[in-house]
Amino acid sequence: MIEVKNIHKSFGDAKILKGISTTFDKGKTNLIIGQSGSGKTVFLKTLLGLFTPDQGTISYDGKDYSDLTSDEKSELRAKMGMVFQGSALFDSMTIAENVKFPLRMFTKQSKSEMEDRVDLVLKRVNLDDAHNKLPSEASGGMQKRVAIARAIVNQPKYLFCDEPNSGLDPRTATVIDNLIQEITQEYDITTIINTHDMNSVMEIGEKIVFLKDGLKEWEGTNKNIFKTDNEAVTGFVYSSDLFKRVQKMYLDEDL
Amino acid sequence: MSYLHNIGQYFLMIKAMFRKPTKWSVMRHLIFKDIDDLIINSIGIVSFIAFFVGGVVTIQTALNMTNPLIPKTLVGFATRQSVILEFAPTFISIIMAGKVGSFITSSIGTMRVTEQIDALEVMGINAINYLVFPKFVALMLYPFLISIAMFLGILGGMAACVFGGFASLDDYIAGIQMDFIPFHMFYAFVKTFVFAFLLATIPSYHGFFMKGGALEVGKASTTSFVWTSVAIILLNYILTQMMLS
Repeated sequence: MIEVKNIHKSFGDAKILKGISTTFDKGKTNLIIGQSGSGKTVFLKTLLGLFTPDQGTISYDGKDYSDLTSDEKSELRAKMGMVFQGSALFDSMTIAENVKFPLRMFTKQSKSEMEDRVDLVLKRVNLDDAHNKLPSEASGGMQKRVAIARAIVNQPKYLFCDEPNSGLDPRTATVIDNLIQEITQEYDITTIINTHDMNSVMEIGEKIVFLKDGLKEWEGTNKNIFKTDNEAVTGFVYSSDLFKRVQKMYLDEDL
Repeated sequence: MSYLHNIGQYFLMIKAMFRKPTKWSVMRHLIFKDIDDLIINSIGIVSFIAFFVGGVVTIQTALNMTNPLIPKTLVGFATRQSVILEFAPTFISIIMAGKVGSFITSSIGTMRVTEQIDALEVMGINAINYLVFPKFVALMLYPFLISIAMFLGILGGMAACVFGGFASLDDYIAGIQMDFIPFHMFYAFVKTFVFAFLLATIPSYHGFFMKGGALEVGKASTTSFVWTSVAIILLNYILTQMMLS
């Protein structure tokens, strides 16, 4: 579980995060949503430890990040997996080498143990025949799956995804969403996904945190997002007519 | 103010380069890869340039010696001095600032743009150590490249001298052996090590701390070449003043 209390972050005069408090539960897919410029990426990078908050605390399973020593921070980082928006695969390595990378860096496993683990994880993301391809030879969907495989290969406790299905066709995006949700439940990890894709909200939003102008505007689940009368949330969710119809369907089902 | 900020950040990067080292089994591969990319792949161009510029230095020297009282051995002597003291360590380093420097800046800059550096940092890896330290170690073999440039520069001079009819082979060989001061070699290699350090770190700095997209990677490569050249020329002057005057 990750607990965030009153996080503030500024860059120069620009206040990006203005006091966000929330919790992200273990074994659930937690979504951070909001319009572009709402502070989602800065919030996610602050949770990852890439940015230091100006004020507030972040606790990982009860341990305050700011109280950790440098070695403990490194240890914690090794338990984090991250899927970047652009996949961020290492160009000079093959797909198998990319996935093996965290094992080479952080474990003392033998070569055969590492290869077995890579095979297992690549199989898990349905990429068991792509070991020797370079990232440039893989499609966008494949690159995302490799990024997920790399993120989970060292059995992380926390999985962070920054817009994991941006730039993907709707079918592949759904496959990626479902894969992340399955992995979250299977490995019982705390997953936080940064997205503005309403399909993801509908499919896997077990907990949703809605950000607006650096503040938490609303939080709930994909079921009750359709029932809220918060104007900022409804303005975001119902910017498309399709979701107005989906809301009607949900409310009709409840009745 | 931004210059001071950049200089401060550059020295902090150098400090970070030696902290929290990457696992040796991984680092070893990175070092060998960088030796291949930065040193081995530069042998061809350095050899080509050294040979022909050595020849040009000889021709220019010979053509400017119109007084018949000046001994022909001076052609070889002047070529040796020019090649060892300036041409090989300094001129080749400026060429390498273009070749190796832009390679380092663009490869690290592309990693920054495509979030590969963020991926390293998220994993808890000291990205500066992982990316810059192997280049620093690889470029400690740079004196090997400069030795080749010295040898081929003098050889190119010999070819130009003999085939151009400016002096006999015996005169040229006597000239390159004349009044040899071993300290000049020491001076040349001290400069080479300093330039190697600059070649590894300044382009890395410009790649690592760049902001923006693909266009900025190109701009960062150009900026890195300019600043590496400026630093080489300035330090060349300072070291020459300190060691030779």
